Amino acid sequence: MAGRTLAEKILSRASGIADAKAGQIVEAAPDLALSHENTFLVGKSFSELGVGQIWDPSRVVVVLDHRTPANTIQTAAAHARIRQLVKELGIEKFFDVGEGICHQLLIERGLAKPGQLILGADSHTTTAGAIGAFATGIGATEMAGVWAMGSLWLKIPETILVSLNGHLAHGCFPKDVSLHLASVLGPSGAEYKCIEFTGGHIIDTTISGRMVLCNMAAEMGAKAAVVPADSTVMVRYIGCGPLPCDPVQSDPDASFEDKLDVDVSKIPPMVSGPHQIDKVGSVEKFEGVSVDQAFIGTCTNGRLEDLVVASSILKGRKVALGCRLIVVPASRTVLEEAIDMGLIQTILSAGGIVLPPGCGPCLGAHEGVLAPGEVCISSSNRNFRGRMGSEEAEIYLASPATVAASAIMGKISDPREVLSNEL
Amino acid sequence: MSSKGRVWRFGDDVNTDLIIPGRYLDNYDPAHLASHAMEGASRQFAKNVRKGDVIVAGRNFGCGSSREQAVVALKQAGVSAVLAKSFARIFYRNAVNLGLPVVISPDACDLFIDGEGVIIDMSEGVMISESRRVTSRIDPIPDHVRKILDAGGLVPYIKEALARRANV
Repeated sequence: MAGRTLAEKILSRASGIADAKAGQIVEAAPDLALSHENTFLVGKSFSELGVGQIWDPSRVVVVLDHRTPANTIQTAAAHARIRQLVKELGIEKFFDVGEGICHQLLIERGLAKPGQLILGADSHTTTAGAIGAFATGIGATEMAGVWAMGSLWLKIPETILVSLNGHLAHGCFPKDVSLHLASVLGPSGAEYKCIEFTGGHIIDTTISGRMVLCNMAAEMGAKAAVVPADSTVMVRYIGCGPLPCDPVQSDPDASFEDKLDVDVSKIPPMVSGPHQIDKVGSVEKFEGVSVDQAFIGTCTNGRLEDLVVASSILKGRKVALGCRLIVVPASRTVLEEAIDMGLIQTILSAGGIVLPPGCGPCLGAHEGVLAPGEVCISSSNRNFRGRMGSEEAEIYLASPATVAASAIMGKISDPREVLSNEL
Repeated sequence: MSSKGRVWRFGDDVNTDLIIPGRYLDNYDPAHLASHAMEGASRQFAKNVRKGDVIVAGRNFGCGSSREQAVVALKQAGVSAVLAKSFARIFYRNAVNLGLPVVISPDACDLFIDGEGVIIDMSEGVMISESRRVTSRIDPIPDHVRKILDAGGLVPYIKEALARRANV
């Protein structure tokens, strides 16, 4: 029998069909079902279904993160309804305003586990692939169907194997690798596919870094992105009892639709320009573009190691006059650790603004909406026109290091010029 | 399944922030969402769209966020079907689940012009211009998707399935 991919193995187990193959449509049962503020819509469709009970409330996770604390009366009312709903339906894995971004909490709180099938009512659900889960996004009504029935149809995707090798150069980070991949694959190059990361560089990549890679895969259309669980991942689950399913790896003779080899040592700091992910090039191409707002945060790059790098650049320096630096830690835990390490003090001393954990201004709802003509450099994942406010604003995407360097210069700048050689 | 309306033509990679920007999402009222439909891509759309109109687009329609409001906005605005060279997968699923026909057509985007009157005949697998000068092939809707669309979306589909189960 031919070997099988990780995606085929996880979806075979979740659907109870031995040896299900790419291209096959299966009815799969998730190990976790995640939703955020759109739980309001999930709840609405769920009540229309009239089934009363959730199939398994212990597998449901609800996080308020997109507009937190509430930005409008409507949002506040939606939050209030969601709080009521989780009580009524017995959802214990509920994380209220201020705990952090749903994708961060799934991993940080140990909810996501290797080998699981995770469904999330959010496009960046792919992030949980960082610990070896098959995690994919769906919509709110579909999540209501999952709450009611405990399963949904999924087509088992073909897999693109991305082999990352070499060591990152000074000033370069997983975000730069992702932006490089975006330049290769474009916004739909992985449409309906699973991206599986492998290679020597992955072994050296932290879980935070793996989360960046899996998160950004959504911007290339990927259905899921996964790093097979290795010792870096498994050490986190020691003492947590047996895993609900075995961690899986693709077989060496599995059938991959495509294979990409990337020497990460050749990747420079990258920037994606307005208004699409693949308008991407090395930072030199964009250097000098004047910046009104610099934003460090989100499910892509709001973790502790991002704040460590940014703070190392900000230390002893000041944000340029006329530029705002907004920092949003991805979770309460990240914020607490950053306080303990003195990072928050460094950011504040440099003139930065620190906002409560959550999605922040990424989706243009609040906390840093852009005016017409303004330019933002952001560590987030989307630079679609109008995403963060005015349609006449421009969003550039980069690593936290490049964002921090740009904040102190007031224009898009190369982080290698200001980053210590030790980082 | 068939529909009749005018063509609204768009290019590749029409993302959900163009279909319905995030700043409008805290109000779930379908009429509010429809009044901003496609705002990022066309200022004319929400004002002039009529019931039955058809969106014809290139590759990767609906990429980006999982926001279901993108489908709600289009459906409430009167859009009867979206034809594209390809769809981003979450948008595709959302459309099916909310009963908005989404159809893959390799050439509709290249053949039809903005404002042209068209008839879509799903059973024949064609979209024809009312002038009869242009015909575009549309891919058949897969069976597992068609049964959800035929029911009018996922909620009625599941309700029917549960009712059948209760009657057995």
